[in-house]
Amino acid sequence: MTATDTMPEAAARRSWAEWLDGHSGRIMVLPAVVVLLCFAIFPLIISAYLALSRFALASGGFTLKFIGLLNFRKLLVGSQQYHLLGKFGTFGFVQWALLALIAAALLFLLARYLWRGRPTIAGMVGRLLATATAMALAVLALATMAPGGVPGTVVNTLLYVFVGVSVQFALGLGLALLCGQPIRGRNFFRVLFFIPLMVTPVGIAYTFRMLADMQKGPFAPLVRAFGISEWSWATEAWSARLMVLVGDTWQWTPFMFIVLLAAIENQPRDQVEAARLDGANGFQIFRDITWPAIAPIAATVVLIRLIEAFKIIDLPNVLTGGGPGLATESMTLHSFISWRTQDLGGSAAVGYMLLLISTIVCVSFFNFVVRPARRFEA
Amino acid sequence: MSAEPRSLARRLFEPASIDSQAPVTKIVTYALLFLWALVVVIPLYWVLITSFKGPGEVDNGPFYLPFVDFAPSLQAWDFMLVQNYTLRPYMNSVVVALASTLLAVLIGSLAAYALVRIRFQVKLAAVAIFLILLTAIIVAVATFGVRWEIAIAVAAALFIIALFTLVGRTKLAVGNNDIEFWMISNRIMPPIVAVLPIYVMFQQMRLLDTQVALIATYTAINLPIVVWLTRDFFAGIPLDLEESAQLDGASKFRVFFTIALPLVRSGLVATFLLVLILAWNEYLLALFLSNADAQTMPVLVSAQNTTRGPQWWNMSVLITVMIAPVIVISSILQKHIARGLLVGAVKG
Repeated sequence: MTATDTMPEAAARRSWAEWLDGHSGRIMVLPAVVVLLCFAIFPLIISAYLALSRFALASGGFTLKFIGLLNFRKLLVGSQQYHLLGKFGTFGFVQWALLALIAAALLFLLARYLWRGRPTIAGMVGRLLATATAMALAVLALATMAPGGVPGTVVNTLLYVFVGVSVQFALGLGLALLCGQPIRGRNFFRVLFFIPLMVTPVGIAYTFRMLADMQKGPFAPLVRAFGISEWSWATEAWSARLMVLVGDTWQWTPFMFIVLLAAIENQPRDQVEAARLDGANGFQIFRDITWPAIAPIAATVVLIRLIEAFKIIDLPNVLTGGGPGLATESMTLHSFISWRTQDLGGSAAVGYMLLLISTIVCVSFFNFVVRPARRFEA
Repeated sequence: MSAEPRSLARRLFEPASIDSQAPVTKIVTYALLFLWALVVVIPLYWVLITSFKGPGEVDNGPFYLPFVDFAPSLQAWDFMLVQNYTLRPYMNSVVVALASTLLAVLIGSLAAYALVRIRFQVKLAAVAIFLILLTAIIVAVATFGVRWEIAIAVAAALFIIALFTLVGRTKLAVGNNDIEFWMISNRIMPPIVAVLPIYVMFQQMRLLDTQVALIATYTAINLPIVVWLTRDFFAGIPLDLEESAQLDGASKFRVFFTIALPLVRSGLVATFLLVLILAWNEYLLALFLSNADAQTMPVLVSAQNTTRGPQWWNMSVLITVMIAPVIVISSILQKHIARGLLVGAVKG
């Protein structure tokens, strides 16, 4: 009795287990796919819809009205232009010269692509898109930083991204080169220099506010000696931006440092020693051996950092509150402020602009810098 | 040659052997490294000593050394930790960071393992139809006021019909690399783009300002990192161990949990720590999704910033308790965390 009873049950269990095993791949991937669909793809589509509509609070809830590209029009040419793009100044000789330089450099890169190698349609489209974006952003940055102009949140974000990442890369590389030498206490420096990377950005922001206090901060005696204790960095646009960059650099230089140091330690030791025996100086060794060895990794860390740098919000929000005026406001902070004032459509539109810019910049960087650097290695 | 005495200048500027540095180079190197060490330490030191100050010590100009130029007191610590409710946001942070990290590592490593070991073929047409139907649902619900239950049911039915009729005829398919790339590329998306709908979603589910909302969202944003890192760890383990277990009749899940996971233990620790710290430090999403009950430490600190702006001593206590755990973890386990970063950067 019992035997016949349990037989089909056991068979059912086995077939269930077999089914489970047969589909195990899908079952393993499924949770990740569902999570990403729910929290990335689905919200992304809804955000696109929000960006194209007007949000209004109504009795017992809210209403959404489809208004097409009006939100983007408001941001690019309408009442919000000042906020997002800034105020355009007058182009002087310096601006024209810089613009000409940038244009020449971009055209040179395009021409080189056409001359060398075999140009493909996809490659050409990608390059044209990257060139056009770079040109537009350059014009925007130059125009708003020209005399009489005021940079908006796009230029602020670009400033944090490009100036910040460059400085962090230079400092990180310098420290890694110093630490990569045969010195004692290397591990001590490695552990110590790593710490800022892990410190909560909000905490860093407030700490730097305290440090930079002109009356009560640790550098107050120094400031007093220079006789500028009445001046405050928080009231001037450029000094406020500089503070945000300083905080960001304090936090992110360790990232560059730790990865580049590992790369330097992995460079071909025998080549370095052979070069030294031949009497090569430090700079020659760096140029001919170290740099080619670490270039692919260097390009990758810069890419990772670029991706994260576009998302900056904690530092400007806590350090300066985006001020004075809009001087330190990043695009993410802009979007957050629009959300707080119930302008959901505008907020989503700013978010989408950020997504667009950061995707084009990061993908271009990957295709035109990281990939060639890796091929170089192989 | 070697017996010839070297002049002082040469001794200072030339290395004694090929492996060492000249004394001058050495001094410059150490000077620069110590300079940066100061840059790293001063902010942290300042926060720590400020937390032991009172209003008098802060306002009457900078004091640098406890016991020497000011008498440290525990007043601010008592005020912030005992009299104020700092414990609750702290526990929120701990719970949210730990739970979301565990979930992200579990889900992410499962997916990464499957993507490394099992071949996938998803028809491009199926993906396209899925996305089109998803968009159609949103437009139908938002613009034409269709009830969302009906929209989803209709879309699901259409999708299944399409799956059995149209999709089978198409050839184009996406493979493992494409799926992997899609998962990782989610990290490029600035969270601000996704957070508005997530906010509305949790509002509808009445989960706003709960730990659940934060845990779910943090799991999602850190998932790409977990997949990215663990993929390389799994790809590095030899196949034969798993194959022999499979010949013995173990299921894929069993192989994953009993063989693959233990083999990549150190890699998992690296990933876990990195993601844990990212979740601990997260600010933007917490700002949107929590305001009182589920408030985390970064939000608490930034909110106090305005009310306690000049009260440096109280703020310093908050910041110290917020950053102390990460500093301890990252200095003790630096090697592990750095390993996570390195794998990510080197393999890309």
